[in-house]
Amino acid sequence: MKRVIVINAKDNVAVALEEVAPGEEIEADLGGQKVILTVQEAIPFGHKIALRPLAVGEPVIKYGEVIGEATQPIAPGAWVHLHNLASRRGRPA
Amino acid sequence: MEFLGYPRPDGTVGVRNHLAVLASVFCANQVVENIAHQVPGAVPLTHPLGCSQVGADLEQTARTLISLGRHPNVGAVLVVGLGCERFPAQELYAGVAASGKPVEMVVIQEAGDSLRAVEQGTRLARRLMEELSRQERESCDISHLTVGLKCGGTDATSGIAANPAVGVMSDLLVQAGGSTILTEVTELLGAEHILAQRAVNPDVGEKIRATIAQMEERLRRAGSDQRFSHRGALISPGNMDGGVTTVVEKALGGITKSGSAPFVDVLDYGERIKKKGLHLLDSPGHDGESVTGLVAAGAQIIVFTTGRGTPTGFPIAPVVKVTGNPTTYQRMKENIDYNAGAIIEGEKTIAQAGTELLAEILAVANGKRTKAEILGHRELLCIARL
Repeated sequence: MKRVIVINAKDNVAVALEEVAPGEEIEADLGGQKVILTVQEAIPFGHKIALRPLAVGEPVIKYGEVIGEATQPIAPGAWVHLHNLASRRGRPA
Repeated sequence: MEFLGYPRPDGTVGVRNHLAVLASVFCANQVVENIAHQVPGAVPLTHPLGCSQVGADLEQTARTLISLGRHPNVGAVLVVGLGCERFPAQELYAGVAASGKPVEMVVIQEAGDSLRAVEQGTRLARRLMEELSRQERESCDISHLTVGLKCGGTDATSGIAANPAVGVMSDLLVQAGGSTILTEVTELLGAEHILAQRAVNPDVGEKIRATIAQMEERLRRAGSDQRFSHRGALISPGNMDGGVTTVVEKALGGITKSGSAPFVDVLDYGERIKKKGLHLLDSPGHDGESVTGLVAAGAQIIVFTTGRGTPTGFPIAPVVKVTGNPTTYQRMKENIDYNAGAIIEGEKTIAQAGTELLAEILAVANGKRTKAEILGHRELLCIARL
């Protein structure tokens, strides 16, 4: 079981505390419930892993707050980063 | 809680006793360097500003230079000007002298040429240094200590290890009567509601919101030129490699440096702190500009968390480097003072790390030199422009 941290009970992503290879499992708390997920792709140290499916436009929650919205459909265990997550804050109108 | 510091005539207390050779304008920079070179231990304060600026931008430069000269870590100042600059050396001299500390001035065009200016300045600096060398540390209350809170080279460990540990330290220091200052307003986007809720009263809450909103508006305008859309990123390549995806994510991890204390006020750039407790400083996120702003506000020590690792320092204030990334600490041991990566490895709790960090800060206050000080790093003196 690779180590991850879920910072806040409201979060829908976990942070990898070590590199995770495709096919490895992680155990995390999703809203107080333990989930075990098989990771879909290589996750570098410190990067985010989706804890449940997210539709395009759905808020990604970390630290209990919205950090941005999914720009692609995201499956549980998927790597969440620049390719599927963006925030509108600070961008030109 | 006490520390050993240098009391100043204006009631502030320094953790260092520097002789600052301070340029009023960039044209005096080499003369400043040459004087400081001939008086080992004197600190040259050079910068690219002081002329051909107008309005609020010039005022901000002037205010910041005066605040740096008045800083509690500075025991005496030699102001060096050219003679024709828009921010007159006389005005810098008067602003610093009002603090009661020993100040002298050399103006290159009045001295005659740069060589005469260096000679005049060296003789004045030698006398100031002799006076300073007689001053001893005294026991002072912790309420005189202000610590600036900073992060740079952020990665994913910043928000879960290093910054929360700094937040614990900040709460402990504020509880004991000291002060801390949060800044980097460009990187507070998305966290304004959290900070505003922690204001001591609605006026301060409104100031916090307005400060962040104004900065966001500046960013939106600057980013709207289509020719440079590839330069629009609000976070750095290092942040992204380190696992940070959006500026909001960075902000939420960054604000943990401020712990849970209430915000007592918002400071303008270059303005000195007047109250005790946790403050917000209006400054962009640029490492140099924000640290310069924190020091100008009166912070005697800067705590600087870094996930990716940066060796930078500030000429007149110790910068304590903290990382939450165990790999970065191993790699950059010569530049990083405290390893909060132990939190990631499960060896320490955030509370333990925060308590140890406060002890480290007190040691630095009492005279322990940081790695950036020992290796002579002075990159962070950069005054923000408007």
